[in-house]
Amino acid sequence: MQLAARLVVKSAEIMGAERLIPISFAHLDACFYTGQAHVDFVRFLIENGASLAVETWTNNGVVSLADPGLRPRVEDPEMVEGAATLMHLYERLGTRPTWTCAPYQLPGGPKLGDHIAVGESNAVSYYNSVVGARTNKYGDYLDVACALTGLAPDAGLHRDEGRHAELHIDTTALPEQWRREDIFAHLIGHHAGRLSGRRVPVISGLFPDTPSFALKAISSAAASSGGVELWHAVGVTPEAPELASVFDTGDMHRVSAEDLARAHRDLSTAADGPLDAVALGTPHFGLVEFEALVRLFDGRKVKAGLPMLVSTSRGVREMARARGWIERLQASGVEVPVDVCTYHSPRVRGLTGRVMTNAAKWAYYAPGMLGVEVAFGSLKECVESAIRGEVWRDPALWTNA
Amino acid sequence: MMRARMLTAGSAEGPVLSLDEPLSFWGAFEPRTGKIIDVHHPQRGACVKDTVLVMTETRGSGSAPGAIAEAIRLGTAPVAIILAEADINLAVGAEVAATLYGRHCVMACVTAEELESLRGARWISIASDGVVTPAG
Repeated sequence: MQLAARLVVKSAEIMGAERLIPISFAHLDACFYTGQAHVDFVRFLIENGASLAVETWTNNGVVSLADPGLRPRVEDPEMVEGAATLMHLYERLGTRPTWTCAPYQLPGGPKLGDHIAVGESNAVSYYNSVVGARTNKYGDYLDVACALTGLAPDAGLHRDEGRHAELHIDTTALPEQWRREDIFAHLIGHHAGRLSGRRVPVISGLFPDTPSFALKAISSAAASSGGVELWHAVGVTPEAPELASVFDTGDMHRVSAEDLARAHRDLSTAADGPLDAVALGTPHFGLVEFEALVRLFDGRKVKAGLPMLVSTSRGVREMARARGWIERLQASGVEVPVDVCTYHSPRVRGLTGRVMTNAAKWAYYAPGMLGVEVAFGSLKECVESAIRGEVWRDPALWTNA
Repeated sequence: MMRARMLTAGSAEGPVLSLDEPLSFWGAFEPRTGKIIDVHHPQRGACVKDTVLVMTETRGSGSAPGAIAEAIRLGTAPVAIILAEADINLAVGAEVAATLYGRHCVMACVTAEELESLRGARWISIASDGVVTPAG
């Protein structure tokens, strides 16, 4: 506990915080194995009797505890062993083993105005922006230290003055139909991240009924292509009922069709052609997305031999299973792994060559992390392509006009 | 006399490795060898082991504390890192490694002008009171 207190105080000093504030929730990234030091750290805490001060959930791991066959042991035995040991140790520490990068899709999380400590970049972005809870991006060990002490530095996005937008991104000049397509959220999120860097942007032109999966897409895409930890959307996110609520003066950018076309080109590194895999669920797939996926498949099957992975959490998979959707997807040839993600880690079985995804975050990282080529498309394009075994482009979608 | 703001306690000295661009310790650096592996970094292939690393700032990653702690554990880390932008991730990683392994990487912060003046030095020593002395 002394170590945890030292880490929080040291970070407060560096951030220039005058005090520490109590938090009510934490989501840990330190359970994602990057080396032996991670294992030694949590073992040291347990041996010294450390206990959690707040409700604490876990990000996905490098291996799946629920589906141990997902990452074969032969690939890198030391890492696979270390990763599983690390996850078991965090269970012993008393965390709720959610193993998900999208904890906000599970019931019982933080609410508007709560101070929390989160490490995973898309979750930081979603909790700050869509939920209106308050967190900085707490890196490994500091996330755990905040959870153990129940405290965080009173600085950055915990404070009102840190939450003002510095850049206005206006999408109202784009046709309404474009802005209602699911692919729009990924493209505008990617573009907003590029424009913003680490600044707080406010987006206008989103609809009040924008579904949570689209807000997830914007959160994760902007956190990947930029370092966005908080964004607002006028009339959509809780702190921005009006533009003036969050924005006085600053840069203004009007989004054009060419901006979105460029974002699409950025995210699609592969020419259209035969597929080697389809990867959905970055961040983890949600219940509404599963419903849409089942509807799009309509009982049809993925082309024989083509791996199609849809990553999610064990919590969401159980909810989808209870509705009969997992069985239907498995009958269609879709695999639904839990506890893990499919890019931020060594190669997952079946992901090589040309891979199609609907997730901007996956498309952004996978070429570098996995060495694959990415065909980026809408959810419908991914499903139709999976059935055909090659990239299919939707003639009705404006991105293909 | 140059006096740095000490982000972690201790003293150190060693040959200077001055980086032209920020480094991400996670993804762009391999703790098992101490080498810079990012193909986009101008000093790809350089080894940071036992150097006094001089760079403006790091490129942020929430996994950086684990990577620097792992490098300190394996003995592939710099003996000291001098920055112009204070870095929580590196300070946290070094603090954890000091507690777990009793090994140290001294982290110090100076002004941007001071940092530039250190880039030409071949050897730097940092005293525990923060006094930075370049040589050669």
